[in-house]
Amino acid sequence: MGKIKELYGKLGKTKLSNKTKSILMILAGLAALLCPFIITSKYTLHVIISCFIYACLTLSLNLIIGWSGQFSLGHVCFFGMGAYVTTLLMTNFGMNFFFAWIIGIVFTAGFAALLCLPTLKLRGDYIAVVTLGFGEVFRLFLTNAVDITRGPAGIPSVPDPTVFGLEISGKTAYYYFALILLIGFIVFMKRFNNSGFGMAVMTVNEDDIAATALGLDPRKYKLSAFAIGGGMAALVGGFYAVYMGMIAPTSFSYAESIKMVSMTVLGGMASIPGSILGAFLLTALPEMLRSFSEYRMVIYGAAMVIMMIFKPDGIWGRNKRRKNEYKYVAMRGVKNGENSASKKRNN
Amino acid sequence: MEKILQVKSATIRFGGLIAVDGVDLEQSRGEILSLIGPNGAGKTTFFNLLTGVYKPNEGTIKFLGQNITQMKAHERNRMGIARTFQNIRLIKSMTVLENILIAHPDCKNEKFVNALFFPGKTNLKRREIIAQCQELLQVVGLLEMEDELATSLPYGKQRLLEIARGLATRPKLLLLDEPGAGMNSFEKDELTQVIHRITKEMEIDVLIIEHDMKFVMGISDRIIVLDHGQKIAEGLPAEIQSNEKVIQAYLGSGEFVDEEDE
Repeated sequence: MGKIKELYGKLGKTKLSNKTKSILMILAGLAALLCPFIITSKYTLHVIISCFIYACLTLSLNLIIGWSGQFSLGHVCFFGMGAYVTTLLMTNFGMNFFFAWIIGIVFTAGFAALLCLPTLKLRGDYIAVVTLGFGEVFRLFLTNAVDITRGPAGIPSVPDPTVFGLEISGKTAYYYFALILLIGFIVFMKRFNNSGFGMAVMTVNEDDIAATALGLDPRKYKLSAFAIGGGMAALVGGFYAVYMGMIAPTSFSYAESIKMVSMTVLGGMASIPGSILGAFLLTALPEMLRSFSEYRMVIYGAAMVIMMIFKPDGIWGRNKRRKNEYKYVAMRGVKNGENSASKKRNN
Repeated sequence: MEKILQVKSATIRFGGLIAVDGVDLEQSRGEILSLIGPNGAGKTTFFNLLTGVYKPNEGTIKFLGQNITQMKAHERNRMGIARTFQNIRLIKSMTVLENILIAHPDCKNEKFVNALFFPGKTNLKRREIIAQCQELLQVVGLLEMEDELATSLPYGKQRLLEIARGLATRPKLLLLDEPGAGMNSFEKDELTQVIHRITKEMEIDVLIIEHDMKFVMGISDRIIVLDHGQKIAEGLPAEIQSNEKVIQAYLGSGEFVDEEDE
């Protein structure tokens, strides 16, 4: 066991050179691009798209749990709201998918901010209880508001979106759509993580008294984190609706929320690669273990226990910013000690 | 002379305990004012009243002539009151430079939309912000350690970093809560220099809570003494040193000792 730990530590410390990094990136990019041509099985492709969907969802949840520190257990509510609003606008008003999508995202983001209001004064477990309640209320609403949502029957035959007259349909097209979404989410989270706004969110999370002493309003940052996270989930929800072609309340149950939280915690709090890793593992592993499904839960549970003992902050958790990320990004392309702004001052 | 801070009969009660009891305080521009008193005298609570962590039950607080009694802590900071904490409150997961950056008005007010969609333009702006923050680090002598984690610094340096972070918010008044605690005499000399630079070069007024008498007497223009939440003395350092009430508050009345001697 000790040896494994040592190896793991070494792995964490290994620094890849920029060249190896870019080669790896290109290889991964090529693999991602050519994936639908190599994998012909529709089932496998579906699993991969699910992985992408969950990776996006985990990133959006991680923004709320990891970065802003509000333990939300009702994330599926935003996911479902995005899916339903988009679908209803499309089927009832014949709206273009992209318009409906945007309205769904904005609506959900506003709703998320509204949900966040009563939880602003709460901490830790209490937020979890409140958000869990909201998730359930939303599911019950979906099931019982038969006039609007068609209740438990769900909405079948969600139309495929069209871009410039081209219809997006079939697994391959959706694969690329999902890939674009995931890449967009990663870029978004990277920029968020390194921005002044992102650092403010982290400051409020870590110490709200210090944050107010620095002129940061904790309410503002908690609310916006919730709204952004909710909006992102709605974005994935809209995609999910058109991809699946049918939505029903059962897809947005409490178990989904728990699944997303497990992915976040297992992958790593406030970590981009961790979120993706967690989502991929917890989506792909159950599928792979389908052949001996009677042991699936045992393996799953054991994995969780082992994780909690040896790596409580997740596989790729990042609880500390080990380098000046803000500076690192801003100074990209500037040689050491050649900050033009500082030079001007010195002269 | 223009007053930067005017406090009138500030009072706060926690249940039956009167932590700060009708304290008056006035600070002129360009003055280094110190607040001293034995443990539990209510100094830090008074600071919390000034910065808005608590709101007073009675009394008013005016900052540059404006009533700020009901303002929230972050609003007061935006008006120009910055502080440090007695128990250091740096952001543990961030580096030294990032701890300063987070306090910089242009960094925390940066439009997220710009950061998302115009990285090039934003980066140019960020370089400027970084340069300004590095300048502040230079003032407190921490520029070489800008890439280290804030909590990996020695205790005294962490206090200096907190001061620099307070300065980064561009304050007019800086409240220092025991800046010299846990520092050795060499670090204290360094601190004295930094405080002088803050008041003289940057023209930021300073209000200090401190226990080290030598340090306080050396640096303050005027001293206010609190005991059990009440102001018991106010005056120049030399006056305070010979004030009967102050000596009594710190050392006791001495009567007990007399009895033993007899």
